[in-house]
Formats: sequence, C-alpha cells, structure tokens
Amino acid sequence: MTTSTTRLPRRRGRSLHRGQAASGWLFTAPILIILGLFLLVPVLMAAWVSVSDWSGRGSPFASGVNFIGATNYGQVLWAGGLSETDFGTALKNNLWYVLLVVPTQTIVAMALALAVNRRMLRGRGFFRTAFYFPSVTSSVAITVLWLFLFSTTGAVNAVISALGAHGPNWFNEPRGIFHFGAASGPAFLTGNTTLGVSWWDWLGGPSVAMSAFVILAVFTTGGTFMLLFLAALQNLGGDVEEAAMMDGANARQRFFRVTLPQLRPTLFTVITLGLIGCWQVFDQIYTGTKGGPSKTTLTPAYLSYTAAFDDQQWGQGAAIAFILFAIIIVFTIIQRWVLAEKKVSKRRMGWITDAEKRDGRVSEAVAVDAVPNTNRGSR
Amino acid sequence: MKHRKLGAVIVAAGLAAALTACGSGFSSGTATQSSTKPITVLIGSSGAAETAAVKSAVAAWSKTSGVKATVTVASDLNQQLAQGFSSGKPADVFYLSTDSLAGYASNGSLYEYGDKLTNKSDFYPSLVKSFTYNNKLVCAPKDFSTLQLIINTDLWAKAGLTDADIPTTWDQLSAVAKKLTTGTQTGLVIGGEYARIGAFMTEAGGNLMNADSTKATADTQANLDALNYVKQNLAAGDFKYAADVGAGWGGEAFGKQLGAMTIEGNWITGSQSADYPAVNYKVVPLPKGPAGAGTLQFTNCWGIAADSANKSGALSLVQQLTTKSDQLGFAKAFGVMPSIQSAAGEWKKEFPKLTPFLDAASYAQGVPAAKGAAAVVSDFNSQVAKLATGDPKTILSSTQANLAALLK
Repeated sequence: MTTSTTRLPRRRGRSLHRGQAASGWLFTAPILIILGLFLLVPVLMAAWVSVSDWSGRGSPFASGVNFIGATNYGQVLWAGGLSETDFGTALKNNLWYVLLVVPTQTIVAMALALAVNRRMLRGRGFFRTAFYFPSVTSSVAITVLWLFLFSTTGAVNAVISALGAHGPNWFNEPRGIFHFGAASGPAFLTGNTTLGVSWWDWLGGPSVAMSAFVILAVFTTGGTFMLLFLAALQNLGGDVEEAAMMDGANARQRFFRVTLPQLRPTLFTVITLGLIGCWQVFDQIYTGTKGGPSKTTLTPAYLSYTAAFDDQQWGQGAAIAFILFAIIIVFTIIQRWVLAEKKVSKRRMGWITDAEKRDGRVSEAVAVDAVPNTNRGSR
Repeated sequence: MKHRKLGAVIVAAGLAAALTACGSGFSSGTATQSSTKPITVLIGSSGAAETAAVKSAVAAWSKTSGVKATVTVASDLNQQLAQGFSSGKPADVFYLSTDSLAGYASNGSLYEYGDKLTNKSDFYPSLVKSFTYNNKLVCAPKDFSTLQLIINTDLWAKAGLTDADIPTTWDQLSAVAKKLTTGTQTGLVIGGEYARIGAFMTEAGGNLMNADSTKATADTQANLDALNYVKQNLAAGDFKYAADVGAGWGGEAFGKQLGAMTIEGNWITGSQSADYPAVNYKVVPLPKGPAGAGTLQFTNCWGIAADSANKSGALSLVQQLTTKSDQLGFAKAFGVMPSIQSAAGEWKKEFPKLTPFLDAASYAQGVPAAKGAAAVVSDFNSQVAKLATGDPKTILSSTQANLAALLK
C-alpha cells in the first residue's frame, strides 16, 4: 500500500509528496502504536516463550531464560508423554466440533436469513430480533443456561422422557456418539495411535457432552451469521431473480443456480469466521465443563490456558497456541481453495463467446450461472 | 526514500516505547525491603464466611503492627498468582496449594521462610512434608482437611441398621451399601476422582506417589486392589459416582438423599447446614482396608513471594495467622481444621461430632506434589471416571508412566 501511494506522486513533485507521507504516518501512528503494543508485541513475546524455557517468573527476556529450540513443540507433538496425549485429545475433540458446527451453523444461518427475508412474512422484525438475540447474549450466561437445560433432570431430558425415551446424562457422558455405546473396538483401531490417541477414539466422534456444546454453538452463532446472509440477500438486485423466473427456473433452481452463487463472498466470510471461532472455543469450556467429562470437551485453546496457568508449562502453552494458529491458517486456505471460483469450462466458455458474437452482449442468465461476478469486488 | 525512513523511525520509536512500557511491567529482581511497606494478601475464598474471617484476622494484625494490609479475593487464584509472579509484582502473602508448590518453588518465586517460624515444630509432620521442597519447609501449613465416611442417619435407621453396623472393613462397607441401595437411592455416592477413590488406595497400603512425592508408586498391587474393589461395587450398583446420579459432587448427592453415604471432608458440614439442614448425618472413620486405616488429606499453605517488598512484615503476618487463636477462629468461621497440634484439643471440644476428621491426622496421606503431578492426577481422574467399564491395570500403568516421566 505504501509503495503505490508513494511512488505515483513522485513524478509530480517532491514537496507535495513528502508532506503527504509524513502526515500519513502521523495520522496512522496512533493505531500503529496501539496495534503494535497490544497485538504485535504480545504475539512476538508468545513466539519467544514457545521456544524458551521461561518458568513464569519475571520477564521472558531476562538473562536466565534460554532458547531451547522446538522442545516445547516436541512435547505436545511427538514426545509421547502426557502432554502429547492431552493435545491429541484436545485436537480430536475440537476437530469433531468444527466438522459438526461449521456446516450446521452455516446452513441454519442461511435458512433463517431466507426465511426472514421473505417479503410476505408477517412480523419480520420480531423474528429477526428473536433469531439474533442469542448472539448478543453473553456466552457465559448462555453456557450456564445450557448447563441447566441439559442437566440430568433438566428441561431437555424432561422433554425426551415425555416422548418415551430416556435422555442421556448430557454433561457427564464421555462416550463418543459414533461408538454407539460399544465399550471397545477392533484391535487395529484401538492398537494404533496418532498423537497418543487411539484411532478408535479419533473415530468415536464428539462425546455426548461435546454434542451439547455443538448445539449451543449453532444456537448462538446462527443468528450472527443470519445477519450477514440477510445483508447480502438484501443487496442482491431483484432483476436477476426476475430474469431467471422469466427463463422458467423454479424456486429450487433459482436458489441453487442464481442466489447461492451470488452469495459466495458472504459464504466465504461466514465459513472463515465460523472456522476461526470454532477452533478457538474457550469460554463455554471454561465456564461449563473445564474439559470434563474424561477430557472429552478439552480443546486446544483451553488446554493452552491450563498448561500455562495451572501446570506452569508456559512454553507448552504458547506452543499449543501457535500450533492452533497454524491449524486455523491451513483450514482457511483449504476452504478458500474449495470455494474459489472455478474456471469456466471450455465448452461453456465457447457457448458464452458464441452468444456474445451473436448479439453483442452476455446473456444474463448464463453469465450469472457461470461467472458470478456481481460481488467479486468485495472479495 | 527519506519519507519512508521517517515513517520507519516513527514506527520503530512506537515499538521501542511499547517494549519499554512492557519492560517496566516485568521489573524483576528483588525489591528494596522495608518493614513498613503495605502488604497485600491474595486468597481463594470458599465464600463470604471465609473472606470475612481472613479479613478481620488480617485487620487485627494490621492494627497491632501498624503495617497497612489488604485482602483480595481471587476469582481464579492460579491465574492471578501466575500473573503476579510473571510481572514481578506478586501479592505478598497468598494461599498456595500443594500441587502448585513445586512449580513455584523450583523457579524461585517463593520466599522459603519455614525455618524462621517459631511454631515450626507444632505443625503436623505430614503437613510439613507436603510443603517441604528440597528438604526445606517452604511455607506454613494454613489448615487441613481429611476424608471420612458420612452417613445419613435417618436412611440408616430406615434400612434397619444400628450403630453396631457401622462398617469397619471393606466387606462390611459393601454389605451396608447394598442394604442402603433402594430405588433412586444408592448406598455410597462419591466423586469419581482420585481425591475420593485415593482413600481406598491408602487403606490398601498404596497411593499414587510416596509421601515425599519422590517416587511413582501407581502400579502397585495395593492400588490395583483398591480400584478393583471400587469397580466391583460400581458394577453391583451399590456405589455410584456423583456425576452418574446427576449431582455435582458427593455432598450434593448426599444432601439430596440420592446417596445414603458419601466420602467427603470436613467442608461438608458447611454445605449441609446451609443447603440441606433437614438431613441428619454422622461422621465415622472410613473402614479399614487390607492395610489398615487410611485416608487422604488436603491442605494449603500461606505462601510469601520472593519478590515481596516487605518479607519481614509478611512473615510476621503469617506467624500471627497460624497461631492457635487465629486458627480456631478460622475453624469456627468456615469449618477447617487447625494445622497445629496444640489446637487439636480445643478443636475437638468445639466440634465433638467431627473428631474422626482430626483423628485421621496421624494416618492421613497427602496427594502427589511433584511438579506437573496435577496434570497427571487430572488424567487419572478422566480415566477413573470410566472405571465401571475400564481396566484398572491399564489406568494404573499409564498413570505410573506419566508420574515417572515427571521425576526424570
């Protein structure tokens, strides 16, 4: 950014440009200093702690603190001790959480947005507020509410038993939901481990307790993302939809072939925010279960906290935080690649150019279907 | 190019300022000592009664010594302690648990004042052991608690049991638990964790580590016997974990009469009288196991920070807080047991029904205190929660490996 703003005016005259740059820096200085102080410096310090043997007393930059290379990373990734098992367990729990929460909350948010976007709906304002309400409530309050709802004798189990079934002991049930109550699995699954956790446990899915947190996450974030989708939906021009209607597309086709492609930038935002939020889940665990039952709601973010503050393993805590950072980056890159606009196939491209040649413009319906460029600028 | 340099200079200056600001937050080294500097006391309080009692005791000391002292109640003691130590400005005096002692003692955060205490020989030897690091008593034991068997006397009588039936062996405990199990009521409901099941281990002659926490002793036959005993009774349905009956801990299950017996410490008296005053109960010693009487004890100490600016004042405050009169005052206020032997007689006179707790002081064992042991114990807890379907041998051998790794 600096290069483009500084290089262009140079040809016109030095004096003007010098004044601009200086005042530019001056005006951005407060935010640069604040960001540096509260973001860059702590991140750099944490990076140093993750490769040092800092014991938690005094400054990490003091003379007694030594560089110990990747030892802390090794402890959580390949040393084979308790730290590795704990990290593997936390990763397993959080992976299932992400896999369940991100798609569900995205679909729920989209469905809610479509519902409250309908012009025919009476009391739209009420529903918009109602769906958005859980998002503005403190996550601690909602977690406490959840603990009550999902307690052994709570409302959820009361409803389940009214339906004739027997509800589980939600927040005290460590069994994986995909184990279906089986106590142990085949030997090749229980015998092999990754990050100290057996394959049988990796495949076991989230515990019943974690599932309750999955429902909580969908409940609270659905409204937030509904708002994003709603804003995007209201930005869409009605003409494209009308044109599709004129071309004989039914409601389903209009959604999947016209509306959804135009929402792709919003979809990207929602999934990215969802991924980041899900990998960083902490407050629900801290206020709710503290990682229990049997460590099945332990997450890397919470583990990083307990490793540092309870077990005084500051280096390991920082290392976990950086591994988590790497995981989030990788997931975001994968997701970006999956959602990227694919090149239009040759056959289809030929079709478009033919049409252009024929009547000198791009046929509207085809353009939207193949090259959804309406919102590309906001990417 | 000049302008860009100017920008870089501004940014660099900003960063430098930021770093220096940070540096001041991390002022390390020993502060200049002064016996008049105000003292801060950081406590992890169990409730209003404890806070008030500590505050008034500290205020009384402040009045006689003339040193200003303030009591702060931590919302998260571990976190606030850690922040204090890393910033170089810790609280002067604070509660310190056995499992964080080794960590803070090893990095020099603690002022090791044990030898300067005038009443050092009065503390119970097992408590002194819990707070000894590298053969030196680091801090003064604040108070302690032990586990015993709590019996609901109404349910006891209803099942046709008398005082003669009070269990003194494991077999008798299983037998009365079976008799007391009816409908939604379970004979014995305990927390599914080391801090309760460990009592059975000590009765069998085992424990996770030796008394000095210098050796891992998890995979012994004694511990295996204890876990097998608990597992059998869980399988029979006569013992249950509190979580499995929908209670947060043994005391809640006991108060709600989901369990006719529980294993808890002397803190249970406070919660029972506050939340379940209608439940009549009685404290009896835990039954003897294959190796005789055994139970676990839990304790905290009064830590003093090495970076305190008024260590002599802090020491004098701790000396005052561990006197007989102050400790008996705490006992009356929130039900703890004094850490000094000379207060035992008066405590028993004051709380005749709770004497089994204090009598255990001669045979109770501490919990593992090696650096990092808390993480291993919580891993043990996560496995023992699934004891009903788990394999005791696997649990103990993995715990043994994890504990042995701490001592390398």
